Amino acid sequence: MMSNTRCGAFAGLGWCTTLLIVLAPFVAGATTVEEDMVWTGGLRSAYFGDRAIAQSDDLIILNVPKRAEDAAIVPISITAQIPQTDEHYIQTIYLFIDKNPGPLIGKFRFTPKSGRADLTFRVRVNAYSPIRAIAETNDGELSMSRRFIKATGGCSAPAGSDLDAAMARLGKIKLTTNGFLQLAEPILAQLMISHPNLSGMQMNQVTQLYAPAHFVRHVKVSFDGEEVFSAETGFGISENPSFRFFFVPESEGELTAEITDTKGLQFSQTLQVVPTEGQDAVRN
Amino acid sequence: MLQLACALCALSCRAVPVQTPDFCSPSAEIVQVAAGVYVRPGHAAVVFEADEIANIGFLVGDRCVAVVDTGGSLAEGRALDCAIRDVTNLAVCYVINTHVHPDHLLGNLAFQRPGVEFLGHAKLPRALALRGDIYLERASAYEGRALDESIFVFPDRTVTGTVQLDIGDRVLTVRAHKTAHTDHDISVVDEKTKIAFLGDLLFLEHIPVIDGSINGWIHELQAMGGISLAYVVPGHGPTHASWPLAAGPTARYLADLRQNVGDWIGSGGDLASAQDNIGLARPEDWRLADRYHRRNVGAAYAELEWQEWQE
Repeated sequence: MMSNTRCGAFAGLGWCTTLLIVLAPFVAGATTVEEDMVWTGGLRSAYFGDRAIAQSDDLIILNVPKRAEDAAIVPISITAQIPQTDEHYIQTIYLFIDKNPGPLIGKFRFTPKSGRADLTFRVRVNAYSPIRAIAETNDGELSMSRRFIKATGGCSAPAGSDLDAAMARLGKIKLTTNGFLQLAEPILAQLMISHPNLSGMQMNQVTQLYAPAHFVRHVKVSFDGEEVFSAETGFGISENPSFRFFFVPESEGELTAEITDTKGLQFSQTLQVVPTEGQDAVRN
Repeated sequence: MLQLACALCALSCRAVPVQTPDFCSPSAEIVQVAAGVYVRPGHAAVVFEADEIANIGFLVGDRCVAVVDTGGSLAEGRALDCAIRDVTNLAVCYVINTHVHPDHLLGNLAFQRPGVEFLGHAKLPRALALRGDIYLERASAYEGRALDESIFVFPDRTVTGTVQLDIGDRVLTVRAHKTAHTDHDISVVDEKTKIAFLGDLLFLEHIPVIDGSINGWIHELQAMGGISLAYVVPGHGPTHASWPLAAGPTARYLADLRQNVGDWIGSGGDLASAQDNIGLARPEDWRLADRYHRRNVGAAYAELEWQEWQE
C-alpha cells in the first residue's frame, strides 16, 4: 500500500515499479522466510503445484486486524481490485491460515453476476500465523495477498461462549440486503447461519466430554437460479458463519441461500429482492 | 520477610498433621473482610501475563474451611493454602470454583487431597474440557515448564440452582447462574455475614470481560440487585464493596456497550468496523480497556446479531 503511494509521486516513471519488483524479494524475504515454512514446505504445492502465484495487492486486498483480541472470531475482509465482468473476473478465492489445524479455511467462488468479488467473514486463528488470500481469475491467473496475524487463544471459548444457545438455534438463517437496491448495480448481501461450527478438535481432554466435529461444509447463493456466490468451508470458519458478498440483480427476483453441513443437514432461505432504477433506489 | 512468613506457615502446618503439605511456599497476603472471611487480593493484568490476577479467598466455619477460587497456578494455590494455615488449624473441606478462567481455577491442584470436595457449575466440566488444550499450552508457556492435564481438577459435585454448605456455624449458599460472564458462573453467599463472593459476575476497576452473554449478564446483575447483601467480593477490583452500589459500573458498561453495538448492527455495520469505531467515552475509568474492550465489542456483536433468537 505504502509503495503504491510512493510510486504515485513518480507517476509515469516505469522504473519505480521495476525497482520495487527487484527489491521486494530481498526486503520481504528476510522477515518472512521462517514464517512461511508451512507454506513453502508443502502447503503451497499441495494446492497449487508449481503454478506461478503473484504476491501483490493488485488483484485482491486482504484485511485482517493487527491483533485479534478473540481468536475464535477474527473478522476478515477481502476487497477485489477489479470489477467482475463476463470477460474477466475473479472465479475463486482461497483463504489459508498456515498454522491452523485445517489450513484451508475456505474456497469461495464468484461469478460475473457477483458484480464485485468482495467478501467479509470471520475465522478462528490457532496461533501466530501467516494468513493468505489467493485469487484465481477465470483465465487462470493466481494472485496472493498475504498478512501475518497475531491471535492469542487465551481465555476465549473455542467453541463459542454459549454452546447451548448455539445448538438450540442450529440452522436458523438470516439473509438480508444492505444499502441501496439499485438495478444492475452490485448489492451488498449478508448471509448469517446459526451453527456452532464445531471443529471436533477439543476432545482429547481428561473426561469423555467432547464435541464432535459438526460444521458448515457448503454454501450456495443464487439469484433467480443463477449462482452469485458459493463456498466450501472448514471448521476454521467461526461459530455462526456470516458472509457479506455482492450480487447484481438485473431485475426483481429471488435470492436463495442453500447450506449443507458435515452431518448432511440442509438449510435454506429465500429473500425477495425488488431493486429499482437510479434515484428511485430505496435503502433497505 | 518471606522467610518469616514461610517459617510461621510451616509451624502452623505442623499443627494439623492430617494435611501438612510437603512444603509451604510463602503465604499469600490476605485481607480479612469480616470475621472468618478472607480475600487474597488480585491485581489487574491479562491472564498468563502475571500472577495473582483475580480476587480469591476463603471462609472459615467452626467445622472446616471453604475456598472460593484458587488462583492462576499451583504455586498460587499453595500460597493460599499456606495463608489458610496461618489463620486456622481447620481443614479445607470445599473448593468452590466460580468459573473456568485460569486466573481463578488453576490453583485447584494445590487442594486436591482426601477430604476436599470440589464444586462447580454443572456446565463447568464441559467448559474445562473444551478449553483444556489451549489453557495447557498457554500455562506451560507462561510457567516455562511442560504441564500436563493433571492441573485440571474437575468438580466432584456440580451445581444447578442452589446448594447450601454448612461449614460449622456458617452456611454458604452456592448459586449456579444463568449465562452471564460465562455460561457457568457461580456465586457464594455467606449467610452469616451476608458477604457474597461474586466471581467475575462483578468487575470493579478492571474492565468487565464478556465470555458468556451480554444480555444474560445484564439480566443476572439486575436479578441480583434485589438480593440483600452487606458486601460483595468482586472477581477483580478491591477486596470488597457495598451492594448493590458496586454493580453500577459493570452494569453501566454492559448497558452502554449493548446500546452502541446494537445500533451499529442496526445500521448495517460489520464486526470489524464495530470494533474499530465503538470506543469508550472514558477509557481511563477502566484498567485494561486497551486489552479487552475491542474483544467485548466483538463478543457483544456476535451475540446481538442473533438476539431475536435468544431466550
